[in-house]
Amino acid sequence: MTARERVAGTVANYVDERTGAAKWMKKNLTKVFPDHWSFLLGEIALYSFVILLLSGTFLTFWYDPSQREVLYGGSYVPLQGLHMSAAYASTLHISFEVRGGLLMRQIHHWAALIFMAAIVVHLMRVYFTGAFRKPREFNWIIGVGLLTLGIVEGFLGYSLPDDLLSGTGIRIAEAIIQALPVVGSYLAFFAFGGAFPGEAFIPRIFTVHVLLLPGIFLALITVHLMLVWYQKHTQWPGPGRTEKNVVGYPLMPAYMAKAGGFFFIVFGVTAFLGAVASINPIWLYGPYNPGQISAGSQPDWYMGWLDGLVRMAPPLELHLFGYTVPLNILIPGLIIPGILFTGLALYPFIESWITGDKREHHLLDRPRNVPNRTALGVMSLTFMLVALLNGGNDIIATTFHLSINQIMWFSRIGIIVLPPLAFVITKRICLSLQRADRELVLHGRETGRLMMLPHGEFVEVHEPISPELAWKLTAHEQAPALALEDVDARGVRRAGGLKNKLRKRISQANAESIAKPTVNDLTEIEHH
Amino acid sequence: MSNEIEAIKDPGLPAHVHRKADTDPVAEKRAERQVAILFLISALGTVLFIYAYYFIPEDVFVFFPVLGNTNAHQLFLGLGLAMALFFIGAAAIHWAKTLMPDEEVIAMRHTMRSEDEDRDALVKTVKERAGAAGLGRRSLIKRSMGLSLGLIGLSPLVLLRDLGPLPGDDLTKTSWKAGSRLVTDPGDRPIRPQDLEVGAVAQVLPEHFGEERRALSDIAKDAVLLIRLRPEEFQLSPERLSWTYDGIIAFSKICSHMGCAVALYEQTTKHLLCPCHQSTFDVPRAAKVIFGPAARSLPQLAITVDAEGYLIAQKPFSEPVGPSFWERSS
Repeated sequence: MTARERVAGTVANYVDERTGAAKWMKKNLTKVFPDHWSFLLGEIALYSFVILLLSGTFLTFWYDPSQREVLYGGSYVPLQGLHMSAAYASTLHISFEVRGGLLMRQIHHWAALIFMAAIVVHLMRVYFTGAFRKPREFNWIIGVGLLTLGIVEGFLGYSLPDDLLSGTGIRIAEAIIQALPVVGSYLAFFAFGGAFPGEAFIPRIFTVHVLLLPGIFLALITVHLMLVWYQKHTQWPGPGRTEKNVVGYPLMPAYMAKAGGFFFIVFGVTAFLGAVASINPIWLYGPYNPGQISAGSQPDWYMGWLDGLVRMAPPLELHLFGYTVPLNILIPGLIIPGILFTGLALYPFIESWITGDKREHHLLDRPRNVPNRTALGVMSLTFMLVALLNGGNDIIATTFHLSINQIMWFSRIGIIVLPPLAFVITKRICLSLQRADRELVLHGRETGRLMMLPHGEFVEVHEPISPELAWKLTAHEQAPALALEDVDARGVRRAGGLKNKLRKRISQANAESIAKPTVNDLTEIEHH
Repeated sequence: MSNEIEAIKDPGLPAHVHRKADTDPVAEKRAERQVAILFLISALGTVLFIYAYYFIPEDVFVFFPVLGNTNAHQLFLGLGLAMALFFIGAAAIHWAKTLMPDEEVIAMRHTMRSEDEDRDALVKTVKERAGAAGLGRRSLIKRSMGLSLGLIGLSPLVLLRDLGPLPGDDLTKTSWKAGSRLVTDPGDRPIRPQDLEVGAVAQVLPEHFGEERRALSDIAKDAVLLIRLRPEEFQLSPERLSWTYDGIIAFSKICSHMGCAVALYEQTTKHLLCPCHQSTFDVPRAAKVIFGPAARSLPQLAITVDAEGYLIAQKPFSEPVGPSFWERSS
């Protein structure tokens, strides 16, 4: 036994006698993780969160969360002698006097954008591959919660510098609170400690931004990861992969090195962006003043869709018995996002209701093999994309010399017309891809080699594909539509007939697919 | 041959293919060197980071294509850090990919559902324990517990009451009074009609008295935009026309939609545009909404001149300024 082994043994013994960790470690260090690039997206979100904690902690050492008015005397000449909040002045101080301060601010902001982007792309991966199905519904809901909190957390962070741009964002948030029927103006006065903007809001959202929400994030992320660990990761279908097994690399050492290394890659890329790509240059905007504004006021991208919806809302306001209900704010600002996020959270349950499938699923779906789900996803994305584009309509108008009115009308009509269109097109594409898969399995790969037959006809030589690929392309299930009877065995109409009818109709649409090739089809071809 | 439909068979996990470094000692050595070089590049990055922190002055700007004029201190600090971090990751992953075992292994899954006997035992235990505590029987305790837990839930709500005052008439009143002089913002100078040319725009606030600086929450309600047109360009009701003075019309600058400053005035079309959500207001027609999500015109401030010829407000705003709220009566 070498000296090093002796020391390690002593330490391990010490820990194990107090925790019993050896048994757990023995089992889990060889835990198997399936490998695929799309499984890294959630990791990016996780690592960005760690980067946010590190860079954010650095920023709090100098940031002064106060709306107390101070006279700026720092080194940035154009703003010298101006009155501003201590929050804004300290952000300028971080940007200009603290060495590495601007870098950290930019890393923090970039990491926030990447965090949100990674969450959204990770969510798309989980959705389009059906990874949310039983037993992973809880993790789906936690994920939707993290997405929602991420939007709030990002917005609060964007607001903290108290510059002209972010102050305008807060103003809009205040208007949304104030728009709530009955309690709106009370809630607004409670949130702001009086009339907008007051001096209470920045210190309050600072506490929420650095303590309350990160705490909730940590708790939710921990549960999210524990569930992934306990339920084991999903895997793509392929040779040797079944619903009952998990094929991949053991945690130690390869997976550990890859995942650990990937953290540094994500951090490195974020630092690179922070170094070369200027983001949110708050010194150009000036301190917040409710009587001023700059053209091209834009939120961060993850809020852009919300702003876009508000921009395209028709000018509707209800006046009832001396009270006002601003539908032009409530519908795009609260009701539509509420419907979208509730629908998103409930989707796993809706799908299992349609398919009647209550089994566990660990093999992922190829999006083309579930045309309805894929089409619904693309439809929702199209909706969000039109909203997001409209959120930047002023920038688009000035960049491409277009009329802002035309863009707004395009969005107003497009948000209703384009999503259903996207649904139909996506579904057709999925079915075509299924057909292409069938072709490939039955007739093999096109080799590009032409052959002249004795009678002069040219044909292309097809080569059979490997059994592995053939399996991969046919491993999915093609479940028939639900057989729901309108009448029971005695011929009596069932209760809830309309609900049943709807379920049957959707289930039928859901089951539409191109029959996957079977061995019978293959032998039949050989006989020809 | 049976007529049963037969699915294509799973050929099973393909045989493992060895990498070059697994079989060729030269390739293995090469991979080892590559990993070491990547780690060394990272170390160089940290050196660059420390050098930039201490030795590159903060006011040196260098020109780079694409980036333009860039602060050298900040740029090299960032590049050093990025290099240091990125290449640790690159080294670790290259190490894992070339030298660490890459044989795929199969582990079995277990269903999430517990075994039936475990579930039965749990149900039994819960029933037994709950029965022993008399949870089902003692309804007096159950109800009083429900009451006390429900009530204590109210206490945080009570505690949060002091977050802010009640709105009172704060949302409906501004600082504008009959006779308030219009003063420039910034500058706080009173203005005469002749200071404004036709087509000009000015931001004004009510005259401010006292030592203290104007509160931002006052500006958030009081900001007013003055626009001068030719009097014949107005298309106003007689009442509203009497609120203008010699072609000068005054509107609240706070957008009636969500409270942004309506700051973009297009002189040729005489439209006011809010840069937040593009609500567009037609100035000659009393800032009527002609486009965008805003549902109400900008409130108009009645103005005139005082004995010394300075512009003043005839009376306070006749309606609340800014975004809508429940208690707003019109």
